[in-house]
Parts: sequence; structure tokens; C-alpha cells
Amino acid sequence: MARMAGRRALLAVPVLVTVTFAVFAVAAASPFDPVKAYTGSAGLTASQENLDQIRANLGVDQPLVSRWWDWLTSALTGDLGDSSVMRQPVADVIAERIGWSALLALTAFALAIVLGTALGVLAARRRGGLLDRCVSSLAYTLEAAPAFWLGLLAIWFFALELGVLPAGGLTDTASDTVTAGQVARHLVLPAAVLGVSQLPWFFLYVRQGVGDALDEDPVRGARARGLAERTVLVGHALRSGMLPMLTLIGSRVPELITGALLVETVFSWPGIAAATVQAATSVDFPLLAALTVLATAAVLLGNLLSDLLYGLADPRVGFDG
Amino acid sequence: MTGRSIRAAAATVMAAALTFGAAACSNPGNGAAASGAKDSAVVGIAYEPDSLNPLLGYGKDGNSKIFDGLLAFDEDMRLRPALAAELPDVSADRLTYTYKLRKGVRFSDGTPFSAKDVVFTYRTVLDEKTNNASRTELDAVGDVRADGDDTVVFTLKYPYAPFAQRTVLPIAPEHIAGRQDVNTGPFTTKPIGTGPYILTGWSKGEKISFKANPDYWGGAPAVKKFTMAIIKDDDVRATRLRAGDLDGAILPPNLAKGFEGEQGRKTHRATTYDYRTVTLPTGNKVAGDTAVRRALDIAVDRQAMVDSILDGAGKPAYGPVPTGSEWFTEGTRRRHDLAGAKKILDEAGWKPGKDGIRVKNGVRAAFPLWYLTGDKLRQDHALAYASDAKKAGIDITTKAGTWEVIEPRMEHDAVLAGGGAPGDPDFDQYLLLNSALAGDGFNNMARYVNPAVDKALETGRRSDDKATRKAAYDTVQRELVKNPGYTFLTHIDHLYVVNDKWDGLTTQVEPHDHGLASGPWWNVEDWTPKK
Repeated sequence: MARMAGRRALLAVPVLVTVTFAVFAVAAASPFDPVKAYTGSAGLTASQENLDQIRANLGVDQPLVSRWWDWLTSALTGDLGDSSVMRQPVADVIAERIGWSALLALTAFALAIVLGTALGVLAARRRGGLLDRCVSSLAYTLEAAPAFWLGLLAIWFFALELGVLPAGGLTDTASDTVTAGQVARHLVLPAAVLGVSQLPWFFLYVRQGVGDALDEDPVRGARARGLAERTVLVGHALRSGMLPMLTLIGSRVPELITGALLVETVFSWPGIAAATVQAATSVDFPLLAALTVLATAAVLLGNLLSDLLYGLADPRVGFDG
Repeated sequence: MTGRSIRAAAATVMAAALTFGAAACSNPGNGAAASGAKDSAVVGIAYEPDSLNPLLGYGKDGNSKIFDGLLAFDEDMRLRPALAAELPDVSADRLTYTYKLRKGVRFSDGTPFSAKDVVFTYRTVLDEKTNNASRTELDAVGDVRADGDDTVVFTLKYPYAPFAQRTVLPIAPEHIAGRQDVNTGPFTTKPIGTGPYILTGWSKGEKISFKANPDYWGGAPAVKKFTMAIIKDDDVRATRLRAGDLDGAILPPNLAKGFEGEQGRKTHRATTYDYRTVTLPTGNKVAGDTAVRRALDIAVDRQAMVDSILDGAGKPAYGPVPTGSEWFTEGTRRRHDLAGAKKILDEAGWKPGKDGIRVKNGVRAAFPLWYLTGDKLRQDHALAYASDAKKAGIDITTKAGTWEVIEPRMEHDAVLAGGGAPGDPDFDQYLLLNSALAGDGFNNMARYVNPAVDKALETGRRSDDKATRKAAYDTVQRELVKNPGYTFLTHIDHLYVVNDKWDGLTTQVEPHDHGLASGPWWNVEDWTPKK
């Protein structure tokens, strides 16, 4: 297991380096002009000389490869550079935001897994039953619903019609202190929307897995031995039914990141996703590269995690990869 | 590793994650002031500033809340002293401006404000290593120096009539901003100034919060807490206003309409210099022809655009100066006159072709018109313009693009542009119409060349006699009738819906940009709670 983790870590290095270069190359080839993004509306009345000077100050007139190499070498020494769009060091941008994104993503993920598993097991127990039919059709509908649409719907219903939950932000708009109670209240809607948008996959996998397992010989055998229904369901069927879901956990990570991006925007959640969008449209190389490394690392870790869990749940698979 | 130890490790990881999550949100603090308290205000705005650093251009047109300039604009856009004790003393040759500074002013960290902060601010803005895109606005400044602790002297390179209007620029503290990287240092997000409000938090993309500065030289504001929520989407902003989360917000006309006549809410309408115009590039064979330009100028139905696109919240525009301004030249209003437009084109030799589109010497009367992708207002204007032009026999194809796509085409293609700056007619007209600035960045996008206009702009800029200046800008507006290099369409009102629980709400005449500075909250420091 440790060997597998180590080997994956070694493999991650060239992957990450390639990804950063790709980010620089794609951004350089994009039609967006970093100077225009930096100056915003002031740039629309600025003189050409003024704009050229800013181009030189920002260092974006340098060739692609040297810009990338400068970024990479200073990143290795711990200096991630300065974000031009945020006007502050990249490390500060990330430090200020990543906690909130992690909180949102983990809550949503936990919600999706727990709820998805529970509903999946219940539906598998009585396939074709009322609960199964309701939840399954709902899951297929949700699969097709974009997260931002769900977000707007949730704002309309819970914040506007019922007035029970805040419509956006990390804390009450009028407050400038961050308290646990406020954050918890403000977390409900975005985490629920993000969680619900991920839920169908977990639900459908578990339903299928557990359903299949219930038809298999070992489960029938267990039933024949007179074991309690709960033991059969949780101890036997769920254990083998969970296997495909463990792979799913890892592979849902990229989806979770893109989902969070939309949800954070709709709910004005001050996380890292909003910064990613800004960095991309402003061709903010240092910030974009750092964020891409983070996202790539999250995906690689997600895959590693699901492989590890798989090995753990099914000893036949092992950790040799 | 055995299964057991892995499970233990997994449990540890989970526990750590939970602790981290809990720690992240257990930042202790006193409970929030109840929303809706009389001494706090929350407003929704559409645009977030890139930085709160005046050295990088924040608040350059006044009203920066955290900072003060030497001078400030009042409700009628007249200059009044702020950090200066009185209006500047101008030398006879109008090249030297001397400002006496207000005594006893302190930055919110307690440090006294002095002349060296003023000198530092202007020198830093003028330094080319500072990434300030509005540096050109201070082009006239030759030198700035302190004369003792309470006098600042500006020496200009050439006489510049509206120079005093430029000194609303916010003043930054040298003892803080002077000790760090001006472009990325912590001052850009944690500014300290002399203004009526102190920044208490800036959660990017979410909100900017302020508390009243109890030691403000102008008196402590009655609104103790002030929050600007950043909500880019118009519908979400309206929704949160309705949900009671906001006390006020800027809204487009169609959404503001939904709040009309509602108890406890008031709609404030700010007149503006914010125009929408079509550039008619001189380099284009069709749009560059004076006859075509004049025909288009009267073929467009401006009033219809105001009524249908703006829901009545605006005025027809005949030039950069709005019809309500004291600088507007009476007699330059144009009637919607389709027959007249056709006559002009007929006389100039533009004859209708087989498809109804006019042709002259084998050139078809057609050109593309670009507008900014996603800007609904510009799109509507562009479509209405093209449809009006079609009736006169001119074929305009509307195209959407980002500025990156549009900019290289500006020399030959028309663009649906916006702009406008109150304060002084020089501010936008010089950049918009001066032939020397043709194609310089986004200045004079249409590459308009008219020697009479050039001369008048120069006179307007250099003279300090109001009558001479008025005559100069009258000339510009009359020349724009004879040879319109742009078709000005509308001036757009900005609408703000605000809860009716304060006294003292007014609006200024607003510029094209409507960010933090504009809106009824331009003087939130003067609001008082209603009894």
C-alpha cells in the first residue's frame, strides 16, 4: 500500500509539471489579453504608452517558455508569485480561500455519499417498489440538472418563498465577523445543492451494486442460514455492492471541483473556485498555474484514495495496482 | 499495512479533516448586528473594484469612503475642499496650484496626515513602475512638492482648466504604502485612509464591509456599519433585495419596475453622462463618408430606443454632453427624420440597388457593427440601430465579440461603445474626439479627424474663462452635427431601489462606470436614520 502511494507520488511529479506548462501554453494562446484584464474599464481610456508600460511591469511581454520557467523555479523555492488580478501574492489568495472551498466540498461530498448510500440500499431492498421508483426517476432528472440551475431554484424556494435560509455569502451580509453558527447556516444551501447534484451517481451505483449482490449466491446462502435481514444487507450485500462506489468516489473529484465552481458563483461563496474563473479569464498566469496544480493534485489524490479503499474493501485486489 | 491499521489511519484523517473544518469556522466574534438595524446599511452593487488602493486607480473620481482627496464633489458636482482647507490658489499664468491643507487630520491608524502624503501619492501614481491605467489623467502635472507640513504646490506643464477636478484623487499614507510593493503589497487589500469609513473586511467576490470612523474630521457618520455586497447577476441582486438581505441595490430598469410603488421602498434615479454611441470609423469607405454619417444621425429613432430599450429610464443623446447639462448646446437636438436621411443619401450619390441597399461607385452601403458579448443593453442598441439604418438603405451587420476580438477591427468596423465622465467636458471629449489620439488604445476609437474640433478642444482645455470654454464646447457640438464621427444614441439613467429608512439620500450626476462611488450611497456618511 505504501509502495503504491509512493509510486503514484513519483508519477505525479511529471504530470504536474506538464500540466503547468500546458496551462501557460493554453493561456498564452488564448485570445484574452492580460493587460486588458488587469486594467479593466480604466484601460478603455488609457493611452497606448500607459498600457505598454503596464505590460512590461507585469512581465507578460516575456516569451512563454521563460515565463513558465521563472514561475516553476520560484514556485519550487516556495514563492508562488503575485496574482495580477487579485493584486496580492498567490499564496495569500489560496490561503484565504481554500479552507472555505474544502469545507463546502467535503460537506457536500459527505452528504452525497451518506444519503446516496442510504437511499441506494433502501431502493435495492425493494426494487420496483414505490421508494425505488420515486428516487430513481428523481435521480435521473437530477443527473441532467445543472448545478447552477439547482442553486437558483434553491435560492428562490428557501430564501425567497420560505425565507428560512440565507441566499448567499459566507455570513450574514450585514455582519463582518465570521462565526461558526452563521457559517453553518450559510453552508446549508450551497452544500445541499452541490451534494444533491452529486447524489444520483452514488445512489444509482449503490442501488445497482447492492441489488446485484442480493441476487448472488453468498447472500442467498446467508439468508438460508437464517441470518438477520440487517446483517445480510449491511454485512454482505452492502460490502460487495460498495465496491464500484469506491472507484466512483475518486472519479467524482473532478466533477465535484467543477460543480463547486458553479455553486460558489451562484451563492457568492468566497472559495477558490471563483478565483479560478477570474484567473482564467484574466490570463493571470501565476494564480492559474498554482490553482491548476492544486486541482490536478486533488484529482490524483482522489484516484489514489479510491484505489486504496478498493484494496481495503476487497483483499483480492491488493495494492500493487 | 494491515486492514486494521489502515482503518485507524483513515479514521485519523477523517478526524483531522473534521477538526480543520471546525477550526475554519470557529473564528470567534460577537454576534452579528441584527440586519435592519437603523445604524447599519447593506447595499448590493454589480461591480467589484480590482483593488482598494488609490495608487492603482481606486476612487480616482472621488467618493472612495476610506479615503479623501484634496477636494471633493458635492451633490451638484461643484468642487468643495476636503483635505485641503480651501479651494486652491491658482497663479496668474495658471501653471501653479497651491493647496493649503486642513489641520489636525489623522489617518485611521492615528498617524497625522501631512503634505508629504500628498506628494507621495501623486509621485507614486505618476511613477511608470506603478500599474495605474489612469495615469494619463494627470498628464498635465510637471512637478508636485511640499512647502512645509501644510502646503502642497503643483506645477503644470501646460495650463489645464479642469486640473482642480483631478485633485479629488484619494490620498494614501506614505508611512504605510511607501514601505511595500505598490502593485501587490498588503495595502491594496487592507487600505488605511483619512475617510469617513474604515475597512473592516473584504471578502473578494462576496462583500466589502466598513465601520464608521469615529474620529473623522468631517464628524462621525450616523450610519455606523456599511456593507457593499457584490452580486454580479441582476436577478440575484433583485432577489436578495426582495428577501430583505439588502437595504438597497442598483437595478436595471425592467427589474426596478417590479419594486415601483412598494411600501417602504424608494426608487432613486440618477441622471448620468453614461452614453451609448456607435463609432463610425473614418477608415471605412461607407461609415467614413460624411453624407452617410449625417444620414444615420437623423435616421435613428433615439426616443424609441429610450422608450423600448431603457423603459423610459434615459434620454436621447446628441453628443457626449447630456441634454440636461449646462454644457449642452441648444439647437443641436436632431429630429428623427427618415425622409431627410434618404434625401441626403440620394444627393450624395448613394442610389438604392436591387436589394434596396444603396450603392455608390460600386461600393455597397454596408458595414459591420460590433458589440460586447453578453452586454444585453449594447446588443439591444446595436440591433435597433441596424434596423433604423436598414430603413434608410444602409445594411449594418451586428456582430458580438469580446474586446480582444473587437479591438483589432476598430479601425474599419463600427463599435457600439459606451463612455462618459461628468466633472468637466474636457475629460471625455478630449480623449474621444482629438485627432492626435486617433487609434491610441481605446481613445478616439472612430479615428475622428476634424481640425475645427481639435482647435476647440485645445481652447476648452487651456482657457479658464467659462464663457470662452462654453463657446469652445458649443463649437464641438455644432461640428458633430455637420460631421458626426459617432452616432450618439442614449444617455442612460441609473436606477437604485433603497429601503426608505434614512434621511438625506441624494444622487450625483454619474459617470459611465457605476461602481462603489455612485448611487445614493455616494454620501452615506451624511445619512441619518429616520425617526
